Amino acid sequence: MMKEIVPRRRIVNALMLSLTGICTLLVISALFFILGYLLWHGGRSLNWDFFSKLPKPSGETGGGMANAIVGSAKVLLVATLIGVPIGFLAGVYLAEFSGKMFAFTLRYTVDLLNGVPSIVIGIVAYSLVVLPMKHFSALAGGVALGIMMIPIAVRTTEEFLRAVPNSLREGAMALGATKARTIFTVVVPAAISGLISGMMLNLARVAGETAPLLFTALGNMFWSHGWLAPIATLPVMIYNYAIAPEEDLHQQAWAAGFVLLALVLLINVTARMIIARGPAASRR
Amino acid sequence: MATATYVPGTTPPHPAARSFFVRLRGGDQIAYLITLASAVAILLLVALLVYELYSKSQTTIHTFGWHFLATSTWDPNGGKFGALPFIYGTCVTSALALLIAVPMGVASSIFLAEMAPPKLSMLLTFLIELLAAVPSVIYGLIGIFVLVPLIRAYLIPPLTSAFGFLPIFKGDFYGVSFLSAGLVLSVMVIPFIVSVSREVLLAVPVEQREAALALGATKWETTWQIVIPNASTGIIGSVFLALARALGETMAVTMVIGNTPKITASLLSPGYSIAAVIANEFAEASGDLYISSLIFLGLVLFGLTIVINAVARIMVLTASRGRA
Repeated sequence: MMKEIVPRRRIVNALMLSLTGICTLLVISALFFILGYLLWHGGRSLNWDFFSKLPKPSGETGGGMANAIVGSAKVLLVATLIGVPIGFLAGVYLAEFSGKMFAFTLRYTVDLLNGVPSIVIGIVAYSLVVLPMKHFSALAGGVALGIMMIPIAVRTTEEFLRAVPNSLREGAMALGATKARTIFTVVVPAAISGLISGMMLNLARVAGETAPLLFTALGNMFWSHGWLAPIATLPVMIYNYAIAPEEDLHQQAWAAGFVLLALVLLINVTARMIIARGPAASRR
Repeated sequence: MATATYVPGTTPPHPAARSFFVRLRGGDQIAYLITLASAVAILLLVALLVYELYSKSQTTIHTFGWHFLATSTWDPNGGKFGALPFIYGTCVTSALALLIAVPMGVASSIFLAEMAPPKLSMLLTFLIELLAAVPSVIYGLIGIFVLVPLIRAYLIPPLTSAFGFLPIFKGDFYGVSFLSAGLVLSVMVIPFIVSVSREVLLAVPVEQREAALALGATKWETTWQIVIPNASTGIIGSVFLALARALGETMAVTMVIGNTPKITASLLSPGYSIAAVIANEFAEASGDLYISSLIFLGLVLFGLTIVINAVARIMVLTASRGRA
């Protein structure tokens, strides 16, 4: 019933398939273009001042983003302290303890939280932390980013714990271990490489987030002391400098963008390579 | 492990009859309670999120009612607020982004799933997924300083000379516009379409392809007429996921859209989106009505993304659960 392969079908075949190849090439080249441009432009503007000096007041050239680098680290620390424990423990619950109905509800809710736009989470953190405290703070920024870390922490933990074969659990219990002991001394260590790389990916994703920090951590041209003051962060500085009129600030934005992207991609590639070689890989 | 002492001559106590406190000491109950507490905390957090958004929008809801969503004035000084320009901008930029990203993304996923040898396919997929890891503000940087000048120099002149009569290409182009935002968004959204579509295409059973090839179909005919229809639910699901991402995207859009609350058919005109207006104006907003209007916009965005994400997940789930 099929026509014999006439030249027209052959041509269409070759044409369409090469079109798909071209599309893929275009998409990949977008990545290399972004990387290359940032490398070139950002690398040129990068100097030791960037890492050691504070931003200069408006109008003066020079200066750096030392406070933003430290600020990002502080906010991410708070975020990790909030997001990782809650996410990890809930993931343990899903993987080891829960029943069907509650698991479904929890997973659905976690997916819901994951889909919330980051700016909306910023609004919530504003309303929960900034409003009562009456000023912007590193804590508020950390809360916003921590909330964003929870869903991925839950999903990664559950996935990697489930990947641990049941024989390990049964072996531990056969030796007399309680369930809690089995989980925390046998199952979790077995899944640890996946868990850590999952958390690294989580951190990398959240490290680049700007929107939720715009009105929680706000920003600071100076060193921020403690956790309850507005604080500069790398992504927010990039944004502020990019939309500023001064060309000098644009150069600094490129440098900062380079540093941020380099960090994020480094963490991503490392984490994915750990996962690819890990025990969960054999399941795929 | 019964911890009650065993008296010879009687039957030993049943292990499950250990008291609550004995089990508590063994750690099981504590672990269960702590992990359960974390799980419940997440549920409460989400409920709190929705409550905060809703309660802080009350001022606007009481003043304007749902009419807020249909009004197009945005005048903070005069106290008049309307959501329409932002809803319009969000929809236009997302639609444009999908218009570009869906063909490119699906085509790439076809190449990666059907054409490329497995090793190459994994490498390229890895690289495309790295695109998804690039922070939004970096896309914004490239958008403002690279993409916009390029569009202005190379894309707009031929576009306006050839299609300038169309209402969507009327008017002057200053760089920041719906068009620029849509283009940047499309690049951000392609990786999602590619990775999900590729997985869905790979899930189509090999037997289907082999049957088509055995009947004499070319590779393209097999892909287009057999594999894609099989995977269509999943591919549409990936499009919805991409849409949800595009709707909520803030930084890259706000850097290239022009931040002008305007409703116009021309893609070359500057505009505004929901996420962009919140990002720009929230930190300096004063007055309860202003802030609650912005929060109400956030609530609208929240609702929109929830619905679309839910639809997307249902579609992707039913597709990858397999036709086997």
